[in-house]
Amino acid sequence: MSDTAKPTVGLFATCLVDLMRPVVGFAAVKLLEDAGCRVDVPVAQTCCGQPAYNSGDKTDAQDIAKSVIETFEGFDYVVAPSGSCAGMIKDHYPEAFEDDTEWRPRAQALAAKTYELMSFLADVRGVTSTGAAFEGTVTYHDSCSGLRELGIKDQPRALLSTVSGLHISEGKETETCCGFGGLFCVKYPDISEKMVDAKVDDIVATGADTVLAGDLGCLMNIAGRLQRRGLSIKARHAAEVLAGMSAAPAIGEPADEE
Amino acid sequence: MQPTTPNFKQNARDAIANDPLQAALGKLAVGFPMRRLEAAARLPEFENLRDQARDIKTHVLENLDYYLEAYEQKVVESGGHVHWCRDAEEARETILEICQKAGAKTVTKSKSMISEEIAVNKYLEENGIEPVETDLGEYIIQLRKEPPSHIIAPAIHLSKEQVAETFRNAHIDLAADRDLDEPRSLLEEARAKLREKFLGADVGLTGANMLIAETGTNVLVTNEGNADLTNNLPRVHVVIASIEKIVPTLEDASTILRVLARSATGQDISVYTTFCTGPRRPEDLDGPEEYHVVLLDNGRSEMIGSEFHEMLRCIRCGACLNHCPIYKSVGGHAYGWVYSGPMGAVLIPNLIGMEEAQHLPNASTLCGKCESVCPMRIPLPKMLRKWRERQFRAHTGAPSARWALRGWAWLAKRPGLYRWAMNVGVAVLGQFGGRGRFRSLPLASGWTSKRDLAAPAGDTFINQFHKGARGDQSGALMRKKVH
Repeated sequence: MSDTAKPTVGLFATCLVDLMRPVVGFAAVKLLEDAGCRVDVPVAQTCCGQPAYNSGDKTDAQDIAKSVIETFEGFDYVVAPSGSCAGMIKDHYPEAFEDDTEWRPRAQALAAKTYELMSFLADVRGVTSTGAAFEGTVTYHDSCSGLRELGIKDQPRALLSTVSGLHISEGKETETCCGFGGLFCVKYPDISEKMVDAKVDDIVATGADTVLAGDLGCLMNIAGRLQRRGLSIKARHAAEVLAGMSAAPAIGEPADEE
Repeated sequence: MQPTTPNFKQNARDAIANDPLQAALGKLAVGFPMRRLEAAARLPEFENLRDQARDIKTHVLENLDYYLEAYEQKVVESGGHVHWCRDAEEARETILEICQKAGAKTVTKSKSMISEEIAVNKYLEENGIEPVETDLGEYIIQLRKEPPSHIIAPAIHLSKEQVAETFRNAHIDLAADRDLDEPRSLLEEARAKLREKFLGADVGLTGANMLIAETGTNVLVTNEGNADLTNNLPRVHVVIASIEKIVPTLEDASTILRVLARSATGQDISVYTTFCTGPRRPEDLDGPEEYHVVLLDNGRSEMIGSEFHEMLRCIRCGACLNHCPIYKSVGGHAYGWVYSGPMGAVLIPNLIGMEEAQHLPNASTLCGKCESVCPMRIPLPKMLRKWRERQFRAHTGAPSARWALRGWAWLAKRPGLYRWAMNVGVAVLGQFGGRGRFRSLPLASGWTSKRDLAAPAGDTFINQFHKGARGDQSGALMRKKVH
């Protein structure tokens, strides 16, 4: 396929991936390019505005959303390695402009072409395998927004099941919130701790050595609690495994000395 | 009751440290959701029924004035009385007046959340009338002088040992060494005690799961049959219900009944479903001589047409509580008032005020589980966010959190400055994050008090990408290859 025939994808890296875990961004770029897309990562992107939106600061959320719309509306697709941020653009941008006749159509148009990474690969690009290898038993945590706003459940599992050497051991409570909830985890730390402990117990019971998910917020919360409890289970974004980039240190783990 | 809702944070901490409560919540967390799932799986049209149930209440709320008047007319035609009450005080006074006219000394009650909302028990006691709760759970918490901790399972927070202790303290006429180890013996003891009360009561006070406009009927759903003894045996039956309980027809009521028990307890239908229409007719073998309906507004009409309009579809099944990870962590009492869980977090600020209840809409991860199980498809997370918007506009909550948020938003609106600031921040944190994570970090104690914080890698993804870097097998950079 010539480059001009390929669809263009604007990668919405998400603020957490950009700041905390670049390897997820590189994994996303590789997976999207392998799936026949031309990928760009606009420098003008910051945050999707969800912290403001969920805190009731609708005006700031709208301003940030406008900037995201302007930055990304020229692409064929917008893809984010996060169900939460993709859900914000897809579900909540049109809702945030429900009374705004100028911006509502633009928000709806962007929403219509915005996808979470793994569902984009499986549902839009028809990817069935990424040809990666990973030795180990993993369990998958369904992040709330991805699951309930975007219907992401089977796509990551289907892709992961083709990874050579990888075995999936399902938890009983994969669909239960991990207690992150953005600012919730710092506003109500006791309740959040109770929730993430239940999540960690469920992960431990699977016997997996690695927990995977599609959202860095949940993963940092789970990884941080696993480490605080002295458990050796590792946490990674599923894209790292699918892109064959799992030699990078897991979340919160030190880099190997060279 | 006096709300303890402003102390939600402390209430939650106490609840998490309360071992018997946590054991009880652990059982609820598994039992109810599993049974709901099984009940829904047995009924292929369950999802369609949810749509139909939602549409029925949506239609009612758009025509509430019409249906309320139609309902009143039917009640009057069947020989009953309707009392319109603006608020809790009016409702309490109306009920007291009916009881006093009937010369009542004892009022038996079947479970009613509205009667909790208007705190009628305390009022009756102050006026020399003994209210007796006849639902087993309500009876237990009445003896313990506690509010309900769940809208359909009011004593769910208690262990059977705690119930046995409550009975020993309350039923002092019985042998102190009697065996109360089994739930069965607790049930039999309560049943014997309540039988005396049923026979002696002058007025029976019930709630209503629905009010049917077509026939002037109130519908009562129980698993114990106590509502039937409450509405049939005393000379006077008083129904207390809020105005949004109306449904147009018997057919509509049966549609809602098909989702109610399945969503609540996972039963196909409750053990008892009772339809009461007016007082006893000459040809009836039993039934009350007088039939009164106390119709309560108490803030509902203010919600019509507001952003909380859809909350009025709620049928009080409790599914959102049973599936809520916050409720399952802290239980119902932490919410500090009559209602709890996601429905409580939306409703309570409407009823006791946003200031008092400011924590409730915020103490949620907006995980969406509640909306996914709500039989009436109420968008609960969206309404929690609407409360947050109202609070933000009213400057409710801690100023520091507000300024941190606004600061972040200010920066996020300025991509050039944002990129510069993040590059500096990530580089600084990367310097100190050599062990991959922080166990504590200034200004991040909300996070690090409970969990480690992964350290950033030292350079942002976007920076690296635009320097030409791409990932390799190890996830490390391959700058040389691309330059």
